[in-house]
Amino acid sequence: MSAPAKTSADPAVTGEQRETRKRRHKGIAGNTLWFWVFVGPFVIGLLIFSYLPILWSLVLSFFEAYNTATPSKFVGLRNYVDMLTDHNFLSSLGTFTIFAVFIVPLTFALSLALALLVNQVKIARAFFRSVFFLPTACSYVVASLIWKLSIFNGVRFGLANTVLGWFGIDNIAWLSTVDPPWYWIPLVTVRLWLQLGFYMILFIAGLQRISPTLYEAAYVDGAKPGWQVFRYITLPQLRATSVAVLILNLIAAYQAFDEFYNLVGNVNYARPPLVYLYGISLGSIQDLGHGSAGALILAVIIMLVTLLQNRIFGLGKAGD
Amino acid sequence: MPAHVPNAGLTRRDLLKRTGGLAALAALTAACGGNTGRPSSSGGGDGGAKVNLSQWYHQYGETGTQQAALKYAKAYTDANVAVQWTPGDYAAKLSSGLLSSKGPDVFESQFNIGMVKSNQVVALDDIMADVKDDFLPGDLATNTIDGKIYGIRMIIDPQVIYYRKSMLDKAGIKPPETVDDLIAAAKELTTNKVKGIFVGNDGGNAMGGPALWSSGGSYLTEDNKPGFTDPRAATAFGKLHELYASKSVLLGAPTDWWDPTAINQGLVAMQWIGMWAVPGMQKALGDDLGVIPFPKLDAEGKPAVYSGGWTQFVSAKSANVDAAKKFVKWLWLDKSEYQEDWSLNYGFHIPPRKSLAAKASKLQSGVAADTVKLNQDYGHTDNPAWTPKMGTAFTDMLTNVIKKGADPAAEIAKAEKTVNAELQRLFG
Repeated sequence: MSAPAKTSADPAVTGEQRETRKRRHKGIAGNTLWFWVFVGPFVIGLLIFSYLPILWSLVLSFFEAYNTATPSKFVGLRNYVDMLTDHNFLSSLGTFTIFAVFIVPLTFALSLALALLVNQVKIARAFFRSVFFLPTACSYVVASLIWKLSIFNGVRFGLANTVLGWFGIDNIAWLSTVDPPWYWIPLVTVRLWLQLGFYMILFIAGLQRISPTLYEAAYVDGAKPGWQVFRYITLPQLRATSVAVLILNLIAAYQAFDEFYNLVGNVNYARPPLVYLYGISLGSIQDLGHGSAGALILAVIIMLVTLLQNRIFGLGKAGD
Repeated sequence: MPAHVPNAGLTRRDLLKRTGGLAALAALTAACGGNTGRPSSSGGGDGGAKVNLSQWYHQYGETGTQQAALKYAKAYTDANVAVQWTPGDYAAKLSSGLLSSKGPDVFESQFNIGMVKSNQVVALDDIMADVKDDFLPGDLATNTIDGKIYGIRMIIDPQVIYYRKSMLDKAGIKPPETVDDLIAAAKELTTNKVKGIFVGNDGGNAMGGPALWSSGGSYLTEDNKPGFTDPRAATAFGKLHELYASKSVLLGAPTDWWDPTAINQGLVAMQWIGMWAVPGMQKALGDDLGVIPFPKLDAEGKPAVYSGGWTQFVSAKSANVDAAKKFVKWLWLDKSEYQEDWSLNYGFHIPPRKSLAAKASKLQSGVAADTVKLNQDYGHTDNPAWTPKMGTAFTDMLTNVIKKGADPAAEIAKAEKTVNAELQRLFG
């Protein structure tokens, strides 16, 4: 910030300084100007590209809106009723739940394990950290295509099938088999590969905040290194990070779209809510009324779940 | 190329922007007019200045198609035509483009009644009047609602089963004539290196319509009621599951059914695919290629060919509807040498004009000629009253039956419910 800001923030305001009030006022005005110069473009962007569309979506959800964003036929709550009784929409919520059940604990456990390992190595620590973090920089679409076309394709020259072939196991059509549901393996592994590094970094930061004196004290008290120390020192100390990782993870899972869309497409057995809503509102169906209603229902669910999580874990208290 | 083109990705951020508020699309297309394929200056219809038109295509798989489309546009002198060639999810991009006037003036797509109900396309009866008789009735009907013609068929793409003659001969089997023959042949032809047939990575949804027709059913009846609820239809869909469960279909191929790579590379002996791929297959396989329609369900049934294709439309939101109509007439009705070029010089398609099809020498011999004959005898075009929403319900039904082995009758009942709701909305 500029110099006048410092002046006005100075707590030691004395009588002499009152004379400079005028100047200060000018300073505040200057601040306000710069505040808007910096923040304005983003606020405008947010208004135009986020809030306005959300409001418009709310409007659309009360109309029959096929192939148009300016509908005229008001239908009240019918779109909401339709969506809440639409077995496809409900099953997409089910798909999401299965996905979250896999991905959230796995990501949590594996990224914590990685963080512990990387934190332990004595040499080339930066190297290992970067190596595990690098996949985060990869696009979901690109990774999905690699998973689909080279690693998990169903023919004999796919990487996974080649490896299975060495052990005499038949080709598996990973993405096309629903019984057993092999498609979950590519779907879950691609996300793990992409996001583990990021959560690992969060955990490493958490680990480095734990004071070494705690470990020393535990050692003096006779705690065995390994499980006991991890269970009673490391894990409780990581509470704040753990809560953040869980919440971020769950929200990210709600937003799952790219890997589903690119790996299995819009199929009814592996269709998370966003893929389903995309299909009915922005694909060739163009039913924006039902799509908007579904999007708002989903938004409300996400909000409720986040509030509930807050209640249980207490994100506000997590800073301690 | 078929209607169902593979979707190139869409980033999550893009998606959130749109689902966060669906109207963002309208705002985006309005705000970001630079990417519409339309020339930067717009309007200027009168006063001698040339009108600007934007023409949208999906991405055709065959080399040279894009250059050809550009060549035609450039050759037109009465307007400046900008071609937008669209890789990826053409249907979604087109739908959003058609929401505003910044979209295409002329575009290719497949027709359905929703486009008329929401006033997306204009009737083309005036330019079609003189040449109507030169089109096959099915190709007119598929683009007609309430007696008005809304689109000009550009190409006809019969979808059938092509097979490797040598592989069938070696196994000592004749080309299948019934669905049971097909399942038996697929099993017979499967070895540890080769699968019997490729019907798409989704397990055969593309054959849902043909299976239905082969049982004597249809998507919708003449009086617009669901036409897929007969027990014979349930049997037909059950057969698709039987084929899928026979472990003789190729799944998880890097390319999908509309691409001939699987049959060309010897991964399969038979493949469900369109005639567009014939030049590519002949290049790889020479004369080792035969063709059959989707076989009849049983003695009572009839073989079926899906007579798909693409149709040219004029957007009702275009600022220059008349100029757009004129261009469409010029390219798809008057310039027969371009229509011939488009149909025959890249992939193979049947020219919809009878006069052109009759002299298409490339389609008069070998497997292409056989395909044309099958299309004549057994071809089914789309019913324009069948909307994308009905199509999705139908596909969901197929997925549950084919892949999950669900009870066809119960799944049909679910799809029927959605279709009836749509029919109610459209026809009251």
